Amino acid sequence: MRTRDHLGFAWGALTASRMRTLLVTLAAAIGVAAVVILTALGEGARQYILGEFSQLGSELLIVLPGKTEKGGGPPGFIFETERDLTLQDAAALRRLPHVRAVSPLSVGAIDISAGAHAREAILLGSDASFEQTRKLEMGRGEFLPPLDLNEAQAVVVIGMTLARELFGNASPLGQWVRLGQRRFRVVGVLAEQGTSLGQNLDEAAIIPVASAQALFDNPALFRILIEVESRSHLPSVEKAARRLLTELHQGEEDVTLITQDAVLSTFDEIFGVLTLSVAGIAAISLLVAGIIIMNVMLVSVSQRRAEVGLLMALGAPSGLILRLFLLEALLIGLLGALAGSLLGRAGVLIIAEAYPSFPVMTPTWAYLAAAGTALGAGMLFGWLPARRAARLDPVRALTGR
Amino acid sequence: MIRLEMLSRVYPVGDTEVRALDQVDLGIEAGEYISLMGPSGSGKSTLLNVLGLLDRPTQGIYRLEGRDTQGLDELQRAQLRSERIGFVFQSFHLLPRLSAFDNVALPLVLAGKPPHERREQAAQALAAVGLTERAHHRPDQLSGGQRQRVAIARATVTRPALLLADEPTGNLDSRSGEEVIGLLEELNTGGITLIVVTHDPDIGARARRNILLHDGRIAEDRQA
Repeated sequence: MRTRDHLGFAWGALTASRMRTLLVTLAAAIGVAAVVILTALGEGARQYILGEFSQLGSELLIVLPGKTEKGGGPPGFIFETERDLTLQDAAALRRLPHVRAVSPLSVGAIDISAGAHAREAILLGSDASFEQTRKLEMGRGEFLPPLDLNEAQAVVVIGMTLARELFGNASPLGQWVRLGQRRFRVVGVLAEQGTSLGQNLDEAAIIPVASAQALFDNPALFRILIEVESRSHLPSVEKAARRLLTELHQGEEDVTLITQDAVLSTFDEIFGVLTLSVAGIAAISLLVAGIIIMNVMLVSVSQRRAEVGLLMALGAPSGLILRLFLLEALLIGLLGALAGSLLGRAGVLIIAEAYPSFPVMTPTWAYLAAAGTALGAGMLFGWLPARRAARLDPVRALTGR
Repeated sequence: MIRLEMLSRVYPVGDTEVRALDQVDLGIEAGEYISLMGPSGSGKSTLLNVLGLLDRPTQGIYRLEGRDTQGLDELQRAQLRSERIGFVFQSFHLLPRLSAFDNVALPLVLAGKPPHERREQAAQALAAVGLTERAHHRPDQLSGGQRQRVAIARATVTRPALLLADEPTGNLDSRSGEEVIGLLEELNTGGITLIVVTHDPDIGARARRNILLHDGRIAEDRQA
């Protein structure tokens, strides 16, 4: 039998029972669409997180005290060294070539109050360069004034949420807030920042680093952020910074340097796995579709026993019967893959329309994998019915026994 | 053309066996016109199925055109069915989704003949049964007699040497039945070997050779 006649015959059989074909194709299509849409959500989440982190700038080098294997672990657990990161370290790093800015950072929790309103806030101690290294946007007023690193001053920049909760609609600029036992004057309010690097800056208060050290009574720094002039300088600056800090720490290499790229690639990995597992869950619906295809094909074979017997009597070998029925299942898989891809695409567009800030995007591999799985399911689950047809006894099939 | 020697076909039924054909010896020459008669269960349909290579004998020898069919594999048997044997069934067995023309062309399609060859041969076969103007009707738009004529065109489109008809008039009124038998006899006159299984003594009597089966054995073999 010629290839085109194979197709024509299988297609004719499918179109002869339109409703059945339509329904079973729909089952396959829903499976494919589920893979496409769920993968788009997983991929969207990945893009969203990557976007969050790349806002920080890929020219950033982060110095952590202590030597850890990788940049993971919750903050605080890395303080395993005898020597802390200090303001002297930060000052020394500022003198390295190709460094645009260096921000020391100390972090702690503190009670903040203004008049009758009080709450807990994250207190960040840094300096004027922090605006640059963390890409902060000001809502009102100014960021911290440029000061010597050792110079304390009772000024504070507060996050959007803090400003609203402490001062309501009134302007906080020039007002005094109490941080722990000391009073600070509000010089600026951050624009809405959202969460980045695990810190919700909308609920943070930022003061000069020397003031923070005095408040916490702790000269140790939590991090030092280094922004290099361009991405290409990252490796050389990383090397120079490591050498410098080792020298300052009496020859012991007791700091960890992570680049934004390392953080990003870790998250990239995590969300890649997440997307895959979500796609895997969706693939279960494809499996279900495959079983439906098998069921429908089995019913079809037993309904068309006489036809199979006739084809055999007309000289069709059982291999040909097998191919014809397998081709029907494959065509269903193919139609399901096409319809499902379109359906999934439509679903993704609807989600994108409904949540414009969330980047949904189906990677090409997801379409290919879904379509491939649908075809595979058709093939796999079409095999049993096709084999059953091919093994029919022509005499019994013809007489309907 | 056909030689059967000590040919038996035994079906297991539960604990016992049914001897549908019991040590049958039979010789048929090319161009013969034979009626196979006998009561229900006498083995006439089984004999027809064995002759048509749809069924395999349990014992004995079946030679078709000098070849022992015993050693043939499934593919070779299918090829012989395709090229040498035509079937006509009581219930027509037309594919309802195909037009009369496509039903007739189906054996050629299965055999992988190129389209232009198929068109020509199917048109000829349809013309031979007088249904050229019904070529594009589907089976449900045809009368019983017309359907059986389409089936005959399908059985002969490959120009087989042997035509096997199992109760070809069983589902037809007497006038259509008459037409169908007339058509089959015409084909026999053209040289095809014709074997008709029938219940109807009038139709059986028209054949030049009448074989009567009883309990799987040939009870009577009579040249008219």
